[in-house]
Amino acid sequence: MAKITFDGIEVDVPDGTTILNAARTIGGGIVPPAMCYYTPLKGSGGKCRACLVRVAAGSAKDPRPMPKLVASCVTPVQDGMVVENTTSEQVLNVRKGIVEMLLINHPLDCPVCDQAGECDLQNFAFEHGVSTTRYEEERRTFEKIDIGPLIQLHMTRCILCYRCVYTADQLTEKRVHGVLGRGDAAEIGTYIENIIDNEFSGNVIDVCPVGALTDKTFRFKQRVWFTKPVNAHRQCENPKCCGKVVLWYKGKDVLRVTARKDQYGEVKEWICNTCRFDKKETSDWTLEGPAHIDRSSVISANHYELPVLNAQVIADLPESSLRDLEQNPPMRLGN
Amino acid sequence: MGRKLLTEHINVEGIDTFEVYRKHGGYRSVEKALKTMTPDEVVEEVKKSGLRGRGGAGFPTGMKWSFLAKPEGVPRYLVCNADESEPGTFKDRQLMSKLPHLLIEGMITSSYALGANTSYIYIRGELLYVLRILEKAIAEAYAAGFLGKNILGSGYDLDLYVHPGGGAYICGEETALLESLEGKRGNPRNKPPFPAVQGLYARPTVVNNVESIAAVPVIVNDGGDEYAKIGVGRSTGTKLISACGHLNKPGIYEIELGVPVEEFIYSDEYCGGIWKGRDLKAVVAGGSSVPILPKELILKTAAGEPRLMTYESLSDGGFVTGTMLGSGGFIAMDETTCIVRNTWNFSRFYHHESCGQCSPCREGTGWLEKILHRIEHGHGTERDIDVLASVAKQIEGNTICPLGEAAAWPVSAAIRHFRDEFEWHIRNPQEATRPGAVYPGKAVLV
Repeated sequence: MAKITFDGIEVDVPDGTTILNAARTIGGGIVPPAMCYYTPLKGSGGKCRACLVRVAAGSAKDPRPMPKLVASCVTPVQDGMVVENTTSEQVLNVRKGIVEMLLINHPLDCPVCDQAGECDLQNFAFEHGVSTTRYEEERRTFEKIDIGPLIQLHMTRCILCYRCVYTADQLTEKRVHGVLGRGDAAEIGTYIENIIDNEFSGNVIDVCPVGALTDKTFRFKQRVWFTKPVNAHRQCENPKCCGKVVLWYKGKDVLRVTARKDQYGEVKEWICNTCRFDKKETSDWTLEGPAHIDRSSVISANHYELPVLNAQVIADLPESSLRDLEQNPPMRLGN
Repeated sequence: MGRKLLTEHINVEGIDTFEVYRKHGGYRSVEKALKTMTPDEVVEEVKKSGLRGRGGAGFPTGMKWSFLAKPEGVPRYLVCNADESEPGTFKDRQLMSKLPHLLIEGMITSSYALGANTSYIYIRGELLYVLRILEKAIAEAYAAGFLGKNILGSGYDLDLYVHPGGGAYICGEETALLESLEGKRGNPRNKPPFPAVQGLYARPTVVNNVESIAAVPVIVNDGGDEYAKIGVGRSTGTKLISACGHLNKPGIYEIELGVPVEEFIYSDEYCGGIWKGRDLKAVVAGGSSVPILPKELILKTAAGEPRLMTYESLSDGGFVTGTMLGSGGFIAMDETTCIVRNTWNFSRFYHHESCGQCSPCREGTGWLEKILHRIEHGHGTERDIDVLASVAKQIEGNTICPLGEAAAWPVSAAIRHFRDEFEWHIRNPQEATRPGAVYPGKAVLV
């Protein structure tokens, strides 16, 4: 075990734990943000630099501070380490800079983006960024890229976090997509207009922290904060699929199906494309109840209430609607 | 006349062949090490020599070797970093093409010291002609029994391979090099773990520059103590300097560390002064990534001491008034040089070569280049200089690998020492963008 001090709070964690995961054992607002790190994906992390922290003392044996800020998601703790995150002005300034960099080539098209409300970059920018940019040069844009019938690749929004590449690499056979080009010309691509077609490809949508990879069967159907997340499961025939999902309802319609995520937005278990794209009837699933949405999301900020219909409205409703309301009352969900 | 330890026989005809190289004392260090020394003794000699990595970082080679993890039954590797591609640095390719057996001899002796039975020379892909020279030399060494099984009957086996790189500057960064050598995209790895613990194929690995490895035979033959007598302080031995720019005699010089910069630039033994009798304006002393210094600070330190060609003297004053020896890529600029254009040119390079893996470098290098392009082309604004300095600061120290610093330092230093030239460009766009325009004032040291 190693004892570290994180923003003045002492915590004991097993040897080999990263600084970020040590902070997650404390939880709350002091946990560094992470755009590229994703616990279930081996080798992820270290790229976005959003989680940089200051190590004020390396260890009890060698209490010298580390010369540069370190990526907390890939740096293991050492006994006696002292880490500054929210308590370091330098760290907070660097985060502002990282937000500014990331937003150079990520358009602020949240009003038309399907990821709005669930976007890690939106949260990161809200918590650490500034409302203006000093960037006035030309930005990069892409034509829409067709990578198959289920997933939309919108490269203009990509922040090159590599999560989808790791997902495809570790979860599927015959990976057909990766990073092409380098520098700010780098892009996620399928190399000569291939399509992504395998049973677990839909998971790249879940891991994308921004709206670069979205669900074609859900695009533009609804803002997420108007939908109702419900936990559900089914006996999936695919042994690699956990069959545990979140159904996103609008009224009685299931608009999309996603894997379940933890409080840091990371999937708990992977799901197959059959569960994700082909099972969109309530009858396909065993419902468990409302899904808990955390991370100060706009989704959880919404309070789902039964519609309050006043007498005049009821009086004006056609008989068929009244019958429908009696037979299928809207579910009462949320807080 | 300074001593030449590496390049003494460089002009001997046929020195690139095994026969001639051997006749001139080649491969003595292999015989000495394998027959009379233990691997630890070789490491000890390198430690005693004080040899510092000649690739740019200047980390003590012997100390680096002693960090190598040696778990039982696990292979370890020596990799020679021959991916020389920094603008202004062109010494290794000369060494390899003229004296291929010197590098091979160094590889054998070093591999023996490290207990590596397979070693690699990762060479810049564009240097195909050098790769052919090395492959021919390696075949000769195999035929003579200096490579392969049971070398010289010592029981030590070594296989040596040359691997061409992917034509990317980033592949010169040691972990990106290892990724590339493994057949993957040349992206730098997060550290820790360091290569000495988990390097090539996740095995303990040492990555050394060509010149560092080429110095090992000299150290083993003459002894570390003898080598350490050359040079000044912690800068021991000789160093290859690739001098270019507005010099009367640009070229590659082997110097004893400690030569005054002024002597290096102006003496006939070395660069012979600035061409066309012009005045020196600035120098980039260690390859394009190190901070530029104006004439006043490259010839003398801020304290007025003569600046020497050593790691310590060149870095005297930190980055406020100093720079780095780096890889020894010495670029001299005369009074007609436009610092803004030069900085933009360096930025173009780093923007083009950024791997794009981490956000500050991917986005920041492009931002720097675009602002500099505007200023150089007469579209700069008053706030651009501060934005430039701030963006460079945002990149510096926040990236996975040192390419971020390499891109940021030239910009920060140019603004630090030549801010008034940037301001002149912005305030006099028509005059500044006229072909052949030269800033009329003197640089102001901030």
